[in-house]
Amino acid sequence: MEKILEVKDLQIDFDTFAGSVKAIRNVDFHLNKGETLAIVGESGSGKSVTVRSIMGLLANNAQVTSGSIDFKGRDILKLSNREIEKIRGNDISMIFQDPMTSLDPTMPIGKQVAEPLLIHGSMSKKKAMARAEEVLELVGITNAKNRMKDYPHQFSGGQRQRIVIAIAIVNYPEILIADEPTTALDVTIQAQIIDLMKELQNKIETSIIFITHDLGVVAGIADRVAVMYAGKIIEYGSVDEIFYNPQHPYTWGLLNSMPTLDTDSDRLYAIPGTPPNLLNPPKGDAFAPRNPYAMAIDYEAMPPFFKISDTHYAATWLLHPDAPKTEPPVAIKKRQAEFQRLVAEGKINQPEYEEEGGVKDDAE
Amino acid sequence: MRKYIFKRIMYMILTLFIIATATFFLMKLMPGSPYANQAKMTADQRAIMDAQYGLNKPVYQQYFIYLIGILHGDFGTSFQFNNQPVSFLISSRIGPSMQIGAQAIILGTVLGILLGAIAAIRKNTWVDTLATFFAILGRSIPNFVFAVLLQFYLAFKLKIFPIALWDEGFRSSILPTIALSMAPLATTARFMRTEMVDVLNSDYIELARAKGNTPWQTVAKHALRNSLIPVITIIGPMAVDLMVGSMVVENIFSIPGIGDQFVKSITTNDYPTIMGLTLLYSFMLVVVILIVDILYGFIDPRIRLSGNEGSN
Amino acid sequence: MADNTSDIKLNADSFKPVAANNVDEQEKISAPSLTFFQDAIRRLRKNKAAVFSFWLLAIIILISIVSIWWTPSDPNAQHVAYANLPPKIANGSIPGFTGKANVGGNIVDKYAAAKVPKGTYYVLGTDYLGRDLFSRLMKGVALSLLIGLLATLFDLVIGVPYGIISGWKGGKTDTIMQRIIEIISSIPNLVVVILMLLLFTPGLGSIVVAMGITGWITMARLVRAETLTLKTQEYILAARTLGESPLRIALKHLIPNLSSTIIIQTMFSIPTAIFFEAFLSFIGIGIPAPNASLGTLLSDGQKTFRFLPYQMWYPAAVISIIMIAFNLLADGLRDAFDPKTQE
Repeated sequence: MEKILEVKDLQIDFDTFAGSVKAIRNVDFHLNKGETLAIVGESGSGKSVTVRSIMGLLANNAQVTSGSIDFKGRDILKLSNREIEKIRGNDISMIFQDPMTSLDPTMPIGKQVAEPLLIHGSMSKKKAMARAEEVLELVGITNAKNRMKDYPHQFSGGQRQRIVIAIAIVNYPEILIADEPTTALDVTIQAQIIDLMKELQNKIETSIIFITHDLGVVAGIADRVAVMYAGKIIEYGSVDEIFYNPQHPYTWGLLNSMPTLDTDSDRLYAIPGTPPNLLNPPKGDAFAPRNPYAMAIDYEAMPPFFKISDTHYAATWLLHPDAPKTEPPVAIKKRQAEFQRLVAEGKINQPEYEEEGGVKDDAE
Repeated sequence: MRKYIFKRIMYMILTLFIIATATFFLMKLMPGSPYANQAKMTADQRAIMDAQYGLNKPVYQQYFIYLIGILHGDFGTSFQFNNQPVSFLISSRIGPSMQIGAQAIILGTVLGILLGAIAAIRKNTWVDTLATFFAILGRSIPNFVFAVLLQFYLAFKLKIFPIALWDEGFRSSILPTIALSMAPLATTARFMRTEMVDVLNSDYIELARAKGNTPWQTVAKHALRNSLIPVITIIGPMAVDLMVGSMVVENIFSIPGIGDQFVKSITTNDYPTIMGLTLLYSFMLVVVILIVDILYGFIDPRIRLSGNEGSN
Repeated sequence: MADNTSDIKLNADSFKPVAANNVDEQEKISAPSLTFFQDAIRRLRKNKAAVFSFWLLAIIILISIVSIWWTPSDPNAQHVAYANLPPKIANGSIPGFTGKANVGGNIVDKYAAAKVPKGTYYVLGTDYLGRDLFSRLMKGVALSLLIGLLATLFDLVIGVPYGIISGWKGGKTDTIMQRIIEIISSIPNLVVVILMLLLFTPGLGSIVVAMGITGWITMARLVRAETLTLKTQEYILAARTLGESPLRIALKHLIPNLSSTIIIQTMFSIPTAIFFEAFLSFIGIGIPAPNASLGTLLSDGQKTFRFLPYQMWYPAAVISIIMIAFNLLADGLRDAFDPKTQE
């Protein structure tokens, strides 16, 4: 499996009136060619900041204090503005959250879709418009030919998100970053957009980083999942591993707070408390104060990543060999039983990736 | 759209009618006689004059005569300025006012847009502070103070420009234009900055950056047009500023325009001219507001295309 | 990361479960909570220009209050012999306040020429009637500020209720009230003011009334727009459902929430009124002689500006400073009350 993007030890601080907010703390992950990686976490966990740093679109008060983002042998963080602009919208493009505000209200959509082609290619205007029309057709805008000169307000929310997607894929990017692309949409439209993205991924062979706070959306699209909390990745693995064999108590909490068909109690679980203030990040596991399974060590030291399988790692002291055996919540136990059954029946193929760099897997 | 414009024009006519009526009766309430040399007049002479100008008729008849006159472009006779018809007085003086007004609004808005845009792009830097400071100065220093200062230093002391009068063509219009342009400049700069800061924070600007546009391309292709559209709406209030400003500026620079005429008519109780000019000012203002509304509808696709005519 | 953890000493105690902290404690808000008003004041204090303007205006207002009872000399007393004396302070050693003037290329001590007794001097000089310009400026500022304040009272007394009623009632009432506003505002307000001034006898009262007649329009518009948004807010709906009377709702819920809009607009109205007074006096239909206002001082000064620039220079500087200070303070207030500033 070829890695197309590798983020190593990324640290990003934000200068604010109150001081320096450590928004991203030592984040490592990679993206394989052709896969969809979902980054999951609650708001403020740093998932949007992470992907914006890949695009070189960080706010003015953000500072990358360490790390590297390796894309095709080059470190994006070290590129000049000019060089990043050449990558943006060409090799890496992005779909934004809110389709109602992401399109220029005073420019016809055909022109907006053709814009990345004109910026990056030496294509004639006529050719670019023809290509824009094709791509609009591809993302499911019916009668695209006659709608090229229409303005954003003449389209519905779902259609506008299709147009935003068309803008993102018009240059056949190698990486497509989707920042909560379905959050602002109705549930029925959400499913359509997810299907569209899956279909497009096959057609244009792109790799996708999919950011969301909604685990339900993840199941439908992701190959691998990384869970972020308080500026760190705390668990990652294949989508089946995260859904059926989660190890970090925060992932448990997330899964438990998602309604399922067999949720038996009449109340939905909510993780108590609030995320820590990243002005002064805690010394140990940032989740400890909200964690019913917290141990003394959680307040003392950050847990390293423990290996569960070749593809599955989690940063929690519970996985330390000396840690007492803990009983996960009932619902999680059910999931894990299901996982064992599926593995036994051979319904889940444990993907065997070669994991080397970028994974810290031992404590001692 | 056509229906809307028609409706607006009807409202406009109604407004002007109300204004004409109100001014007419207000003038009838004014103290003093309309004639310039009334002290020397005998009762007989006065009666002859009254008959000549129809002032002996009942007020309601005078009112209808006045209204019908307006429709024919007749605003009565000015008794103070050589008994000239008001319409002639106005038409002979409107040229310089229009020229200075147009020059000032062009100079002011162009500079204001530049200043506001630069301030927004370089927000929270010294450039922004400087631009904002200039805008505050332009808004705070009364234009007649500014006009006198310009006249004193650039014309009287340095002798770069003519001190006053309207006999050197364009050169005569430079200082009044600068003095008049301060208010539109300050207003535009301030408004433009607010709009542009808003636009630059919007999602579609981030998307434009994500497409690979350079910062300047983003401003040129997306930010500028989107922040310019609302600027059209302040043209109305700016026109008012110009009318007010022209009165003193023309007075200071002794320019034979309608603003100067208005001030002179006020100081000499020249009611027919005051009425005529009031109507003219109101007419210009209503027309400007109407044009701005229509223009806005044409330029902003969100309004243009939501009308009855559907898309394109 | 791996390096950090290798140093950690793990022992049996490390893995003892620790009960999660009290949830209430976690959700405790660490910063003291501020009311909206306190928060706005805090933001305003950070704006140096606005704070400076505030204190400057406070001093100017204080001096104006003092001028009601005391000025250096009688502002209306004429000494024709002492006419057009240039500014002088004490013995005349401060540049610009020497009491000397350039007459035909020669520096002439005007005070000596006019046989002004030693020890008598006029800080800002005298005008063509020999009146002390500093005293007149003090009185003039006071009068201009008074006009500004009185004219804004109309904003509050007419504009605020008009806006609330129009926005609150909605429907036909709103349409009619808005149509009236539209008609009034399509006459340039200056023209209305001038027509009113022609009708009344000139003076403080008629100027204030004339400006008040048109000045409230902007306030009414802003208040109406704000009322329209407030009307749909949950807490107002709740108060209505509970059967509170419209008057009580207006007093208890609307006015407090409108207060920032009203305060900011007032701060913009005052300099506008001061400007209008100056303008009217400048074209000769404002405050009648011999009373001094900033406008009359400017108007008198302009007549001799080419030869005696100080007579206009000081009132011009003072009116500009007052206008700048009010505008900066108003801008600061607007930014403070509405962090995401909109016009």
